[in-house]
Amino acid sequence: MSDNVQKLVDLLPQLGEGILVTLQLTIAGAVLALIIAFGLGLGSRARTRWARVPSRVVVEFFRGTSLVVQIFWLYYVLPLPPFYVELDPLACGIIALGLNYGAYAAEVVRGSINSVPTGQWEAATALDLGGVHRLRRVILPQAWPLMMPMFTNLLIQLVKGSALAAYITLHDLNFFIGELRKGTTDTVFAYTVGLLLYFVFAYALTLLMNALEARAKHKVGQGPSLREVLRLTPARTAGTEVRS
Amino acid sequence: MPDNDTTPAIEFQGVGKRFGDNVVLDGLNFTVAKGDRVTLIGPSGSGKTTILRLLMTLEEANDGLILVDGKPYTHEIRGGKRVAIPEKRRSLVRRRVGMVFQQFNLFPNMSVLENIIEAPIHVLGIPKAQAVARAEDLLEKVGLADKRDARCTQLSGGQQQRVAIARALAMEPEILLLDEVTSALDPELVADVLGVLRNIAETTDITMLIVTHEMQFAREVSNRVLMFDGGKIIEEAHPETIFTSPENERTQEFLRAVL
Amino acid sequence: MNDFWSWDHAAAVFPDLIKGLGITVLATVVGMIIAAVLGLVVAIVRRSRVRVVTMPVGFLVEFIRSTPLLVQLVFANLMFTQFPSLAVGCVVLGIHYATYMSEVYRAGIDAVPGGQWEAAVALDLPRSRTWRAVILPQAIRNTLPGLGNYAISMFKETPFLAFIYVVEMYAAAQAYGGANFRYIEAITLAGLLFLLVSYPTSLLVRRMENRLA
Repeated sequence: MSDNVQKLVDLLPQLGEGILVTLQLTIAGAVLALIIAFGLGLGSRARTRWARVPSRVVVEFFRGTSLVVQIFWLYYVLPLPPFYVELDPLACGIIALGLNYGAYAAEVVRGSINSVPTGQWEAATALDLGGVHRLRRVILPQAWPLMMPMFTNLLIQLVKGSALAAYITLHDLNFFIGELRKGTTDTVFAYTVGLLLYFVFAYALTLLMNALEARAKHKVGQGPSLREVLRLTPARTAGTEVRS
Repeated sequence: MPDNDTTPAIEFQGVGKRFGDNVVLDGLNFTVAKGDRVTLIGPSGSGKTTILRLLMTLEEANDGLILVDGKPYTHEIRGGKRVAIPEKRRSLVRRRVGMVFQQFNLFPNMSVLENIIEAPIHVLGIPKAQAVARAEDLLEKVGLADKRDARCTQLSGGQQQRVAIARALAMEPEILLLDEVTSALDPELVADVLGVLRNIAETTDITMLIVTHEMQFAREVSNRVLMFDGGKIIEEAHPETIFTSPENERTQEFLRAVL
Repeated sequence: MNDFWSWDHAAAVFPDLIKGLGITVLATVVGMIIAAVLGLVVAIVRRSRVRVVTMPVGFLVEFIRSTPLLVQLVFANLMFTQFPSLAVGCVVLGIHYATYMSEVYRAGIDAVPGGQWEAAVALDLPRSRTWRAVILPQAIRNTLPGLGNYAISMFKETPFLAFIYVVEMYAAAQAYGGANFRYIEAITLAGLLFLLVSYPTSLLVRRMENRLA
């Protein structure tokens, strides 16, 4: 056992590298996914067919054709004729994760916007707040807290999907588990450590996202502020809510 | 109060509205003079609320024309055909019409003050300082000056509705539409809201279209009552007349049921 | 241009892909049956108020749910070399998705009105009878769309089995690509076949959701 720990300490630089690669895939993939999600999610609600139909097709395409196929399509097929696009493996991973989870998140964006009560749209119209302004100032701030819990789920899914990167030559956390196994020749040790690392990583992301969700909810007048959530002393009941 | 301008504030010319097979309004004609306070009464489903929603462009009429201040609003006749007026031109009319909703519909992501100044700043282009000063005046008027920075979700229904009234007035509308503004309130909160509206009716010359079940309020505030049934106006009179001696049988039945 | 897409290669790989699709569907069905049964057990166990039981089960569920299926598959396959990879793969898929399904059941059970429990108590029904005859029949109806959605999702994750040497559809495509240095037809067709199965199924599930809503 102590040999194993010694080996783990020896491999710390590789572990650092693995975490860094997984972190890069996660952050860049998530940012790309978020951009795609809003692009396609808003596109799916557009009034003109020219925006709506392509958005729907792209969303269904990337939801329907398996992340594994997508990532290896980018890796194996894209460098071939007629494309001749040789992507860096990291870019391959980021793009595949971004497209796949972006397509799922686009549905979240669309659904959340649709869940904002119609009264809010009508009140904005009654004040003559038009298209973009209405969306930006009234609808999206309210749709955002509805999106957050589902985004958190997708982010964890994305981290899990990023383990594929090891199979396109990237030295991510998954790759490190293999190295640790080779170094210690102890499969149980290597995979227990590896899975725990993934778990801690996912848990930290969940905590961060929960904090963001609390903040988003507070901004639309639901729940306590982030400061109240994080305060160690028990929070007093913030303002008695009077509802008719 | 109305000045010498005799152009009606609102004119409906043969307006029809259907939802699927359900005819809600059927070739409706009526005019509302400037400064009029018109109450629309009638059983539910008789099309009262639809009239307000058409005036707010929340629904689109199937036939006929709606004129505001003598000018076509949502549709016009061009070359003998009824064509839709583009959004940009509608918007110029719409900003002169305000509406207060049954469910208040305050924006929960904004404070009370932000709710009120949002449209004046971004739609009318009023400088922020001026918009804030005006919002504070309005909050004073509706008795909520101390709630300026409160979150809407922390207010009672009656307070929310008074903020919604201030928000509508901040646009300085020429026409104000009140859609069952007290129906979602607990009974003890109704009086405050009606008090605010009564005060507005007394101190301004805004044209008002009111849909309400508060007959006493209708009687005090309005100078005309239109009784709707089956998408048509079946009786029209001064409130004193219609509430004391309605002529139409359906009106009599309806008033007996609600009074 | 004829470099780009060869129908000959497409035709040559197609039978392999269909054979692989068979394995993919088989793994999904077996995996989903395990997930559906195990998920229900987990959901009921987690509702008990015995903390000695709920705490470790809760941790295990969180752990399995938030770590990569791919890593779990490879790990299990290295541990249980005496079993065929396909069997190991189906069980791991089943256990992983059981953690999702347990949440679906939990929501379904929570959605049964509290009055139903109270009525069962008022009738003095035994607890097991209450579960079997009153709560579950109502809860399971609510869980059908979730079951359908996770089945589709699992179907699209079966290519992970390729990394434990199960020749499902993606592995078949990859094998053909590697052997003939022609990846484009094989991988593209594999992707399209996934879409061809998953999209109509998701439409069906959506219809079911709308009908139950």
